[in-house]
Amino acid sequence: MNMTQTRPAADAIAKDGRGKFPKHKLEELRGRGYVMFCVLLLIVIIFSIVYFIASRGLTPFASQGVSVGEMLGGLKWAPEADTPRFGALPFLFGSFATSLLAAVIAAPLGICAAIFMTEMMPKVGKNILQPAIELLAGVPSVVYGFVGLSVIVPFLRDVFPGQGVGILAGGIVLSVMILPTITTVATDALRSLPAGLKEGSYALGATRWQTISRLVIPTTLPSLMTGVVLGIARAFGEALAVQMVIGNAPHIPHSLTQSAATLTSIITLSMGNTTSGSLHNNALWSLALILLIMTFLFVFVVRLLERRVKHA
Amino acid sequence: MKKSLLVLTTLALGISLAACGKNDNSNNASNNGASSSAPASAAVSGAFSAAGSTALQPLVDQASKKFMDLNKDVTITVNGGGSGAGLSQVSEGTVQIGNSDVFAEEKLKDADAEKAKALVDHQVAVVSIAAVSNKDVGVDNLTKAQLVDIFTGKVSNWKDVGGKDQKIVLVNRPASSGTRATFENFALGAKSEDLPDSITEDASGTVRKLVSETPGAIGYLALSYLDDTIQALKYEGVDPTAENVASGTYPVWAYEHMYTKGQPEGAVKAFLDYMLSDEIQGTDVKDLGYIPVSDMKVTRDVEGKVTNK
Repeated sequence: MNMTQTRPAADAIAKDGRGKFPKHKLEELRGRGYVMFCVLLLIVIIFSIVYFIASRGLTPFASQGVSVGEMLGGLKWAPEADTPRFGALPFLFGSFATSLLAAVIAAPLGICAAIFMTEMMPKVGKNILQPAIELLAGVPSVVYGFVGLSVIVPFLRDVFPGQGVGILAGGIVLSVMILPTITTVATDALRSLPAGLKEGSYALGATRWQTISRLVIPTTLPSLMTGVVLGIARAFGEALAVQMVIGNAPHIPHSLTQSAATLTSIITLSMGNTTSGSLHNNALWSLALILLIMTFLFVFVVRLLERRVKHA
Repeated sequence: MKKSLLVLTTLALGISLAACGKNDNSNNASNNGASSSAPASAAVSGAFSAAGSTALQPLVDQASKKFMDLNKDVTITVNGGGSGAGLSQVSEGTVQIGNSDVFAEEKLKDADAEKAKALVDHQVAVVSIAAVSNKDVGVDNLTKAQLVDIFTGKVSNWKDVGGKDQKIVLVNRPASSGTRATFENFALGAKSEDLPDSITEDASGTVRKLVSETPGAIGYLALSYLDDTIQALKYEGVDPTAENVASGTYPVWAYEHMYTKGQPEGAVKAFLDYMLSDEIQGTDVKDLGYIPVSDMKVTRDVEGKVTNK
């Protein structure tokens, strides 16, 4: 922003021909240097994080005798047993189940909130509802976890069979956590819809509901889905709140209210208790690597959706 | 606007990262200075850090504050992170004291066994662990065999161990936890598996909350976490109390270790001596629910062999 504004002024000085090394060139150089420095630093940071996780996470496969097939398809996780087993399928299942459940709960809520804020009552929406929902994003995850443990888990324990902990409790807690992401993206998408489209629809005699359901939602669907996928990615990576309410039994549960585990919950649970370099510790890094790869996939899906927006 | 914000965030991140790196260096440097230059007899100075076991953290934290009040030139940083992290960090030299719930030999095995040999053990307290249950299970005493049956899933109803007709809910610790290792070694005498339907939590506060609220729940907690929301179970008829632990009649206990790499010197040595002095052992150790090592009438070695003092 700054650069584009100062350029005309700088050009004017250059035309005057004052100084051998014009000021605007120095500014240009400084600006470029600063941006390049930041970008390089960013690339170095990202690269070192990926390298660090990958180098630790690949050790169990490379030199400690764990097979990739066992890690991805094995059902038994017993890292401290006399013959350690590293089957992470229950955690993959748990991560997907909780994040998808969270999205199923949060997507209708978030998208409806966005429609309300943009199409129905923009003033109330912008002044009251939006700040309230954005507030949810600022609540620390340990607070969500504690609320989940104190309110949702006892409630589920009383209503359903089981101990209350499990995928359902995790999904509910996560749905509240990802609501701001989904709502914000959906609101931006709906706001950016050209007013002419809607006016045309109204001019043809369509009611507001007809306009929303047949025009607004279908046109913005790829953007809405982008929000949902971003929400799922956030839910996939959330650790602390889920760990407090999911129960952390390393098994695929038979019901939504039976103790289960996610990739993140197992990592936070055991990382501090294991010594770095031990097989157990490296296996946890492998889980982190799986998480990282999943996040890459989510980013990829978002890119695909964005491309569809441009084509539409 | 958005762009400048991005740049700002990047910058902030970069700076904080750089600051972190710097911090580590200065820590190491100052410690080296402390261990080589500070005379052991006179007033000590320097900065060092301790990290590891969260079970031991409150005690080390409190003791370090008292120590810093007495020695104005000493700065001690106390962090948690877990026993495993404490042991790794002390053997790598990132921290000067590694706190652990278990013997280093139990964590640093096989390829890492050499690292354990370089560490010097300082046993500063004893922590005892009691089996706890929900208040309404109708049982207040379990034998070793009954506990094994419960934690291996052979018995899944309280009526089979003389209680109410109610399903047993296990509230376990992660397999890597020091508390679990102590409980398995000295209460069960065997390793247990993570069963389906069991709950696993790392934090003692969360375990207590879940046991107190979940009908039919059983778990285990350090004595300092016992209160009247839960029921502490007798083990083979013996109450889990500090007296019974000290006399050797209640067997489920472990040392809290503070490991140094090689013999400690300077400020680190002075602090470890202070930890073992009456000033800490007589007051803070007891106040925080640990048992002073000096009270113990029995000792135990790495293999778990108990001998009378």
